[in-house]
Amino acid sequence: MKFVRWLADIDRRILFLLIAVAVVVPLIFPLGMRVKVTTQAQNIYDQVESLPAGSRILVSFDYDPAAAPEVHPMALAFLRHCFAKKHKVIIMALWPQGAQLAVSAMAEISREFDIVYGRDYVNLGYKPGGDIVIKSLGSSFPKVFPTDMAGEPTANLPVMARVRNLKDIDLVMDLSAGDPGIPAWVRVANALYQRKIAGGCTAVSAPQFFPYLQTGQLIGLLGGLRGAAEYETIIGYAGKASRRMDAQSIAHLVIILFIIFANVSYFILRRQRAEKGEGPKAGPSASA
Amino acid sequence: MRREIPMIVAFLAGVIIILEFFVPMLRDVAGQIQQWYLVVVAFAILVGAFNLLRINYMKVRDRRADWPYSVVLIAGLFAMAIVGIFWGIEQGTVFDWLFNYLMFPMSSTMFALLAFFVASAAYRAFRARTVDATLLLVAAIIVMLGQVPIGSIWVPAGWPHSLIFLTPDWLKDRIMEIFNTAGQRAILIGASLGVVSTSLRILLGIERSYLGEE
Repeated sequence: MKFVRWLADIDRRILFLLIAVAVVVPLIFPLGMRVKVTTQAQNIYDQVESLPAGSRILVSFDYDPAAAPEVHPMALAFLRHCFAKKHKVIIMALWPQGAQLAVSAMAEISREFDIVYGRDYVNLGYKPGGDIVIKSLGSSFPKVFPTDMAGEPTANLPVMARVRNLKDIDLVMDLSAGDPGIPAWVRVANALYQRKIAGGCTAVSAPQFFPYLQTGQLIGLLGGLRGAAEYETIIGYAGKASRRMDAQSIAHLVIILFIIFANVSYFILRRQRAEKGEGPKAGPSASA
Repeated sequence: MRREIPMIVAFLAGVIIILEFFVPMLRDVAGQIQQWYLVVVAFAILVGAFNLLRINYMKVRDRRADWPYSVVLIAGLFAMAIVGIFWGIEQGTVFDWLFNYLMFPMSSTMFALLAFFVASAAYRAFRARTVDATLLLVAAIIVMLGQVPIGSIWVPAGWPHSLIFLTPDWLKDRIMEIFNTAGQRAILIGASLGVVSTSLRILLGIERSYLGEE
């Protein structure tokens, strides 16, 4: 019974330590567990595959470094796929730090592919305004982005040559960690301009986008690290997301065990109190 | 007039943007209003940065609680602005280095702390006290298992298709596609109706909190 009481009132630092071990050990000694590909990820892959080489794909980096461990690997996997298929990529950001994250992503990708800035891809940088930016892109790209991130006029860049407005974009991939993000692209670029939208987001925000998947307003969705690992699996690239899924697996398992142990101790103590004729007690402190 | 003019501007801008969908000849005017909006938003960012600076400067000046953090914030703000303005923000610049090796890991670390608090909170607060709580708890465990590869490891290769509904993967997909989607759609419709009604209240001048009124 002493053990059950200890379990119920366990010091939260022990929980923190167990979580740290559960995350760090699989990162050092990978287990190589394979993630199953969902239709949401497969649909995005199929869409990119179905486009003819040279198609214009708009990738919006709408996240910040806080969400980057989850979202950045999917950006890298998606960009790898786009360049492998010889598509032209137009990068922009509705989040201030998104454009700089795109710089980091392209620094990594440009080492692996024979791509030239201005010919194969462009980084238009950050533009504040959310929905209105997207709405304005529906009328004119050059008006919203007269220059790229480095100040070069977009009219001089071959990759932008036949891009007048959103209708010239074959696919939009929004990598989002909040607002403005996927809902803005769906309600403007899809609803008003009938563009195909694919999404990538943090795991915690993925459930709210399922209605868009069911209606077809989103062609596919990469949710959290798992979504990134799925895309890496489809393109056959063992990247960071696939490696980190081992850590996430063990961490989830540990949290589930915590919940089971906590409930077992709760019920044992509750029965004990009932036998002694004491009133119900809330159990262990509810503070996190 | 300080109140009436912003209300007239909000009314006209809002009505033109709505009418644009029905009256094609208003498209150019609406496009112009949207361009103005983008300029105003850009200035709002400058105002925001100035306000952040002012608040933190006052905190340092008055030596309020945790004022050393404000010193770090001001120093960081100026350092990033100066290196960005004078040496550029492209790949390989000092700004890029600061972003990749300071900003990126520090922000990621803050977000990663959530894992520890979620684990601790789940341990202390996730109890099967009622039927509702038990349903939530069971659904959470299934989704957590189905979300990671370890959830399907125990399912053997020759698992009969007729028993697929017993696997965490299958159950997770059903929870997300049916129960979650239904709930999220209801929230979405409710929130959208709220947006429509609030927008109408702003356009008609009933809601004036954006003018600083109660």
